[in-house]
Amino acid sequence: MVYVQIAKCGGVTKMQAAYILWLRQVKKYYRSKSRVIGSLGQPLLFLLAFGFGFGSIYQKAENGNYLEFLAPGIILMSVLFTALFSGIEIIWDKQFGFLKETLVAPVPRINIMLGRTLGGATVATIQGAIVFLLAMLFGFRPQNISMVFIAFVFVFLAALLFTSVGTIIASKMDDMQGFQLIMNFLVMPTFFLSGALFPLSGLPPIMKTFIQFNPLTYAVDGVRGTLTNVFAFSPLTDFAVLAVVTCILLLLGSYFFEKIQA
Amino acid sequence: MDNIIVVKDLVKKFKEVTAVNGISFEVPRGEVFAFLGPNGAGKSTTIKMLTTILDKTSGHITLNGFDPEKNREDVRKSFGIVFQDHSLDDDLTAYENMEFHAALYNVTTANNVRQHRIEEMMKFVELWDRKDSMVKTFSGGMKRRLEIARGLLHHPKILFLDEPTLGLDPQTRNHVWEYLKEINKNENMTIFFTTHYMEEAEKIADKISVIDHGDIIATGTAEDLKKQTSTETLEDAFLALTGKNIRENEATGLDGLRSDSKMWRRH
Repeated sequence: MVYVQIAKCGGVTKMQAAYILWLRQVKKYYRSKSRVIGSLGQPLLFLLAFGFGFGSIYQKAENGNYLEFLAPGIILMSVLFTALFSGIEIIWDKQFGFLKETLVAPVPRINIMLGRTLGGATVATIQGAIVFLLAMLFGFRPQNISMVFIAFVFVFLAALLFTSVGTIIASKMDDMQGFQLIMNFLVMPTFFLSGALFPLSGLPPIMKTFIQFNPLTYAVDGVRGTLTNVFAFSPLTDFAVLAVVTCILLLLGSYFFEKIQA
Repeated sequence: MDNIIVVKDLVKKFKEVTAVNGISFEVPRGEVFAFLGPNGAGKSTTIKMLTTILDKTSGHITLNGFDPEKNREDVRKSFGIVFQDHSLDDDLTAYENMEFHAALYNVTTANNVRQHRIEEMMKFVELWDRKDSMVKTFSGGMKRRLEIARGLLHHPKILFLDEPTLGLDPQTRNHVWEYLKEINKNENMTIFFTTHYMEEAEKIADKISVIDHGDIIATGTAEDLKKQTSTETLEDAFLALTGKNIRENEATGLDGLRSDSKMWRRH
């Protein structure tokens, strides 16, 4: 059904609705300097505290340079946070009334949802790029500069995936009461159980199972692999898992967004 | 004369609560129609069903010849709306808010038609000199005027206004209605509005319907209603029709949201 709608609204005239929603997200991001700077605090802290704090232990265990291992994980941490909250921003639009303006527009909801989601994913990808540069500042060096582009394909897929998750949550939620719940039971576990901070080898099996079902794991592996040549899986596995999960979540997101009644 | 809105036996139930209880009415094209009722009477719910935001439980609606549930996009193109609550993006400029709307409603960009239309409407509500200001710097009255300009941007056949003058000073209220009357006359645009200001309904509306507990209890001109209830003013007629008890509104999730919003506002 969704495909039929995409096909129906494939015309340029209707895509401009998606475009204007994308533009809005990017403009608002670009304008809120405090948000850009504020959201860099956490990745910075993680890079410093973990990167230098655990660096020597990691090296003694003969695993090599910890910062090199950690940086891709921290890039994706900021992508995860930014993307999820971009999706959840729908709640703010509900709150401040702006959502209604888009809900009564003569445009299929899926275009609205796609524009928003792409906008959120773009913002999260930019945020990831900034953290990437920050990591370079602390001494992180990609093995092969030409692979950076491929790494950011993974980053963008992860951004798209988690913006969709945010959209799904926000479509079902009416207020920010459940916000802390999401933070503690979704965002933090997703981050910690993704191989972002530690290698996957030698973990208890139950943790391993969790990690294998976490899409962020494959994003971390994809980015780490392309930047440092160390894959836990394979680039193809990473890409396939991310692509499939992203598609499913995008469809779910548009389904739930379609159902919003204000 | 053809009717731009036809509603027949319209019902909306939220779980056990019946918000709208089988109402029927017509609004002729070009008319200014006022929908009056105490808080929680079903006014906003009816507007939401007419404007495709809510799906009805049963009954029939035709708006500009279309069914809001079957021909959503045709219906959405037919009307403009000024919501009860604020619905602008505070973090965009006034012009950007207008541009956003024009893109959503596909106002053509050929020959600068879009730019001219935005300029025309912003001049009409006297906000053109503030076009590059962020909406968050606007007063309540300015925001309202911008919302009206936005609602008119795509030449709607019918304009819905849900308490458009709530919280505005008399000067701004007067201003707002002057604009609207002008458009109503010049473009034969139908106006459907709700209000708690009785003198407004009396002065502006061609026809008034009074709704209470989800039922329409009276319809006619202000004069008709006064005659029907043998009262002097529309306010007295309204009280005679709907009683003098104060209505307790049940708080919804959204109300909680609004009280939180002050805390969360990021600027």
